[in-house]
Amino acid sequence: MTGEWQRRRRARQRLDRIFAAVFLLAIALSLLTLAVLFWDVVRDGARWLRWEFLTGYPSRIPERAGILVPLVGSLWVIGLTALLALPLGVAAAIYLEFYAGDSWLSRLIEANIANLAGVPSIVYGLLGLAVFVRGLHLGRSVLAAALTMTLLVLPVIIVATREALRAVPLSLIHGAYALGATRWQVIRTVVLPTAAGSIMTGVILAISRALGETAPLITVGAWAFITYLPRHPLDGFSVLPIQIFNWAARPKPAFQQLAAAGIIVLLAVLLSLNAVAIWLRNKYQKKAEW
Amino acid sequence: MGVAFQIRNLNVYYGQHQVLYDVNMDIRERAVTAIIGPSGCGKSTLLRCLNRMHDLQPGVRITGEVRFKGKNIYDDDVDPMEIRYRIGMVFQKPNPFPKSIFENVAFGPRINGYRGNLNELVERCLRQAALWDEVKDRLHKSALSLSGGQQQRLCLARALAVEPEVILMDEPASALDPISTAKLEDLILELKSRYTIVLVTHNMQQAGRVADETAFFLNGRLIEMGPTRQMFANPREKKTEEYLTGRFG
Repeated sequence: MTGEWQRRRRARQRLDRIFAAVFLLAIALSLLTLAVLFWDVVRDGARWLRWEFLTGYPSRIPERAGILVPLVGSLWVIGLTALLALPLGVAAAIYLEFYAGDSWLSRLIEANIANLAGVPSIVYGLLGLAVFVRGLHLGRSVLAAALTMTLLVLPVIIVATREALRAVPLSLIHGAYALGATRWQVIRTVVLPTAAGSIMTGVILAISRALGETAPLITVGAWAFITYLPRHPLDGFSVLPIQIFNWAARPKPAFQQLAAAGIIVLLAVLLSLNAVAIWLRNKYQKKAEW
Repeated sequence: MGVAFQIRNLNVYYGQHQVLYDVNMDIRERAVTAIIGPSGCGKSTLLRCLNRMHDLQPGVRITGEVRFKGKNIYDDDVDPMEIRYRIGMVFQKPNPFPKSIFENVAFGPRINGYRGNLNELVERCLRQAALWDEVKDRLHKSALSLSGGQQQRLCLARALAVEPEVILMDEPASALDPISTAKLEDLILELKSRYTIVLVTHNMQQAGRVADETAFFLNGRLIEMGPTRQMFANPREKKTEEYLTGRFG
């Protein structure tokens, strides 16, 4: 009897090792792919990454072409998107979590928000074109793009914020109510400070997704070639992914390499956003240790 | 002595499931009333009826009356915020806010618009909760750095800071070690000269040590209530006797 168990234990341990190897292989494959892609991009683009590239305006001559206009355009669009989407998304999530109750209407809204998060971005682009660019006569402007992007990231922000709000321990919420706090006081003094780290993380991840979006911005009319910087929300603009696409579509090899350099800049912006998200999360987690 | 609560024909349902059946009892002012009974007998549910904590939980239905100082707290014109401000609560598991020790005690006064000297108030409440000497040098450190027993006394100080008339305690010692429990019980005995205290406990010895009156609940019904010593020595009901002698529970 003991012998039988021993043999089974060895078989279980072997299976355990096999699964460990499978999982290791999965992560190694994804990291390897990423490394190869990154290496390819860096090899092509690194030598174009000069100060003149970062501060230069578009040009038909590759040596003179710079990325400043789409870089500033991207920062404008996501900056404005964050400004619009953060308060709107967080407020909507608070309403759904703390005020809406459990009616058929709130359940309907909930299901729709979850579905909206999965709608293809090009659909938002068409909506933006119809409503903001034409309907509200905002034209092919930074503002029209930011409003479209706001619609795009809003469902993601709402879902992420609700998760963060729900993670606040009920014991803290009841503790505050038991001292005579009103609902808004409980939200302001206990819920939001406790959830702030996760909310900010979710918002920044949603925004950084918007940073890489191309399709809806082409639809609302980002310019492929524009030689001035946007100075106010109604100016025309371009963004990094569109510039990269534009360069990559040209036959001259030098432009291909410029596209690679543009990708490095886009990745740098993305990674710094994510770094901020991680930093915020750590900062708040330390403060709100349970 | 006056009566703080008059509970009349109180029924509580969670959805379809009834958890309290037709409870009638009076709770004395400036005394300790213990509510004992086995797990699931409805004693925590009853406690939460006394400061309208059930409002926060969807699906709970309450019928009957809970009169506090003569006024039914479930009347339409009663503000539950005011009820919870006058009737404080200490929970089963210590739940200090992830803020400093000082801010935890100052929380209630702040949200209720206290205009006086906060430093004095915080010190007075921490002294009342027998915590001052242990924390006076680190008032601005996180409350989560305290031990479980200290956290529970901090929660008591936090409840005292809004100067309630009643303190409800829901098995406040169940997560504490024996020494912390003894400290908490001493505190309860000190506080009862100024506050009405209602204590839910599954620890009969604890009820015997601190309570002036004890109510025994079984399956959502009040079985027996009376002066603690008398009930422990001479229970009227057979069920009470069986529970007290450890035949079930």
